[in-house]
Amino acid sequence: MTTQATKLAVPGPLLALGNILRFLMKSPTSAFGLLVISVLIGVAVFAPWIAPFGPYAQDLNNTLAAPGGAHLFGTDELGRDIFSRLVYGTRITLTIISLVSIVVGPIGIFVGTTAGYLGGKYDTIMMRITDIFLSFPSLILSLAFVAALGPSLNNAIIAIALTSWPPIARLARAETLTFRSADYVAAARLQGASTSRIVLKSIVPMCLPSVLIRLTLNMATVILTAAGLGFLGLGAQPPVPEWGAMIAMGRRYMIDSWWLVTFPGLAILLVGLAFNLLGDGLRDALDPKQMNRR
Amino acid sequence: MKSVNVKNLTITLGEGSKAVTILPNVSFSVEPGECFGLVGESGSGKSTILRCMSLLFKQWEGEIRLGNQSVRDMPLIERCRTLQMVFQDPYGSLHPRQSVRTVLSEPLRIHKLDRQKERMERAITEVGLPVEFLDRYPHQLSGGQRQRVAIARALILEPSILLLDEPTSALDVSVQAEILNLLADLRARKGFTYLMVSHDLAVVDYMCDRFAVMQAGDIVEILSRDMLEGNKATHPYARQLIDASLEYDSAI
Repeated sequence: MTTQATKLAVPGPLLALGNILRFLMKSPTSAFGLLVISVLIGVAVFAPWIAPFGPYAQDLNNTLAAPGGAHLFGTDELGRDIFSRLVYGTRITLTIISLVSIVVGPIGIFVGTTAGYLGGKYDTIMMRITDIFLSFPSLILSLAFVAALGPSLNNAIIAIALTSWPPIARLARAETLTFRSADYVAAARLQGASTSRIVLKSIVPMCLPSVLIRLTLNMATVILTAAGLGFLGLGAQPPVPEWGAMIAMGRRYMIDSWWLVTFPGLAILLVGLAFNLLGDGLRDALDPKQMNRR
Repeated sequence: MKSVNVKNLTITLGEGSKAVTILPNVSFSVEPGECFGLVGESGSGKSTILRCMSLLFKQWEGEIRLGNQSVRDMPLIERCRTLQMVFQDPYGSLHPRQSVRTVLSEPLRIHKLDRQKERMERAITEVGLPVEFLDRYPHQLSGGQRQRVAIARALILEPSILLLDEPTSALDVSVQAEILNLLADLRARKGFTYLMVSHDLAVVDYMCDRFAVMQAGDIVEILSRDMLEGNKATHPYARQLIDASLEYDSAI
């Protein structure tokens, strides 16, 4: 009884977070994902201390140098250190991921839960809009948006966000449909709770775990789309050290200088893989059956 | 204390050719402070009556009066403070991610009531749980404890009418007795009007002054408690139901 009392003193969300982290560390794949993402965040925060050169520092006497020596991953066509550019690129990648998630999560949850809870005409209209967005390949739709707005990193973020909320909305709606007729929702209605209060306090907390999983899995796609847009010259513009843009610039020298495209490519692969593995692990950790084991 | 009057309650669910009339035409009345039972087989429309009364179903016709006011004319806030419901399954009626404190404080916040802490503590002690339980989550409670929390949630708005939708059927026999005693005790102290749906005639015999036997959405007969003994029902279905229950009890 005393141990239980001390356990209860710890705030609920912190306790849950600790449990989830512990669960993630247990499986090697999700632990790897978590590790890579922690490293990514660490590198982004401490980029100026980690990178030996500035991301824009040119050295025209030492262009296209092979990896080794002072330049771990070699230099590009303007003599810029690729390792330093990769390190600074983590900041851009993280910015894209977090901005997209911050925009997409709330929009998806809002559209999905309200459509699922209110039903009727509102549901039909919202879901048909989602259908329209879903029926385009996201890269093509992003291309259209960027073409309309003009190529830049911010527009790429807006374009990606606009194309990646529909799956979240669909998911949140499906979850909401299973909860809307639950007795605790009926009880909340009998207590006089308004619709917005029920959606916010009763339904959103139930949808959060699966939305969180979906968002994490989505991050890999977001990275790929951002890199794809960068590669096509529609995302981040040179000289910004965005990984996709770096590959695009290196493509011309690819045959002779493999390191120009290999290392940014590997970075994209690694981070994409890490988010996928973490998402998979989160799915197990946030599974209701696992929650009951607490 | 408020009386309940149900007159010509009719509800049809579904549309077009798939429409099903759940309650063709139901009328009954409950005295203030009475415990009125609704018994019948599954699908006979017992719970539907409660859901119509609480306006969880809105598309019914007819009239339901609480005291001298029609439910439909009552402002939402007043209706909530007149009528509350306890659900059948305590595992489904408490939000899995809300602590007992949240469950009990939500209605107080919605209705902007004062002395929230005091009210919460009083509600939880009234249902026989220690005050420390406020910080627990549903998964840390047993079935009986959950049902007590659900009752506390219904009580906290100080309603005069409680709708009980098979409040004990999801619980163990020993826990059933505890919850029934709690409900009987609360009624004796506070004078609630109870409307209780049950499968179990023994529960009805213990709790209710009068009860209605339902079949396929119709009330076939309204009986008082003492008519259970020796089966004084006149309608054949009611007789059959009571006989079956008596036989079952003696077989045990």
